Amino acid sequence: MADDDEIILSELSDEELVLQMHDDLYDGLKDEIEEGVNILIERGWTPYDVLTKALVAGMTIVGADFRDGILFVPEVLLAANAMKGGMAILKPLLVETGAPRMGKMVIGTVKGDIHDIGKNLVSMMMEGAGFEVLDLGINNSVEKYLEALEAEKPDILGMSALLTTTMPYMKVVIDTMKEKGMREDYIVLVGGAPLNEEFGKAIGADAYCRDAAVAVETAKQFVARKHNQMNA
Amino acid sequence: MLPDDQTLTEAGLAPHGQGRILLIACGALAHEVMALIRLNRWQHLDVQCLPAKLHLYPDKITQAVADCVADHRADYDAIHVLYADCGTGGLLQAKCQELGVDMIAGPHCYAFFEGNDRFATLAEDEFTAFYLTDFLVRQFDAFVWRPMGLDKHPQLRDMYFGHYTKLVYQAQTNDPQLDEKARQSAARLGLAYERRFTGYGELADFMQKAAN
Repeated sequence: MADDDEIILSELSDEELVLQMHDDLYDGLKDEIEEGVNILIERGWTPYDVLTKALVAGMTIVGADFRDGILFVPEVLLAANAMKGGMAILKPLLVETGAPRMGKMVIGTVKGDIHDIGKNLVSMMMEGAGFEVLDLGINNSVEKYLEALEAEKPDILGMSALLTTTMPYMKVVIDTMKEKGMREDYIVLVGGAPLNEEFGKAIGADAYCRDAAVAVETAKQFVARKHNQMNA
Repeated sequence: MLPDDQTLTEAGLAPHGQGRILLIACGALAHEVMALIRLNRWQHLDVQCLPAKLHLYPDKITQAVADCVADHRADYDAIHVLYADCGTGGLLQAKCQELGVDMIAGPHCYAFFEGNDRFATLAEDEFTAFYLTDFLVRQFDAFVWRPMGLDKHPQLRDMYFGHYTKLVYQAQTNDPQLDEKARQSAARLGLAYERRFTGYGELADFMQKAAN
């Protein structure tokens, strides 16, 4: 987007720097993002503000352009990699300084499925939105999901699958949760390229999430609803 | 005579307008389908191949097949669909049922070339394999390397393929040049290499039934 050959990030005003970081995220420039994060922190920004105003806002633009067919998977991966660089700097600072906690999520790809690009994007954007995320990685059996639910007591279980052959396993997990009487204790969100809303409903998930941005918004809505019910 | 792979990728293959039975096939299957027709002298089978590039956009396959059925239904006694589920998440199967046309079974062509039952059994231990067919070996750059952006951003390779362990070339034909190209493709992806001759697998069985 920007001709950044002659731009010296440290000479930009805060506002200009944040906009430049949005451009740099869009262009997948990890080194520049890391530099921008460090500059803002040195200028006294809270880690939470850097995260939300520079990184998450930038990735939101990337997500919208991906949804609209302007950007494609390679560009999103490069942007995500750049954001990951910024997040690595911010994470320990966020722990120190505290940040609003939206809720907790356990997430992983289902048994037999090794495709984790979408799942990783969701994890990152959920963390960016203030959720604590326990990422179980790939190829998760029902036992592994349940073990994590019982140990971590999250608000949300997220399951991801890329293959037509593996997506039915989500139903196995949800059915087992029902059998054990624990289904209603968790919000279950599912996603992955071959899934659709009908499939999500048919297997008993709370929602199908088309992309990472939708996952974040859906998670926020369900968690808010859950908290409202608990407080009612 | 078949058009070249580039044409099959972008435009597909139009039917001849002869024959009583129409096969609607993925352009990536054109060589195999035409070979089986030649071998078996199924002159009453006509073929419409949709652009092979739909392989990259599974969400467009169901509508493309439905449109094709609508365009040709009046011209043939029967229509059969040579697409597996191909990432449509069951939507293609549901649409074919709704339209009353027969569709080859399986999650994707890798499964029916191998044999669906055998593929399902193998998948329990082989879910870290990346599969290529003859067409995809020939068109590796157009269908794998470039769409994934690896020509411009090779550093993304391990984000895509880090959990894969091997590339399995499911050979429909015995072609040493394709074998070598598949081996090179595996090396480019940083994966071990295995060649398995499948022949035409259940594609041949399905076409035999369609021809009868």
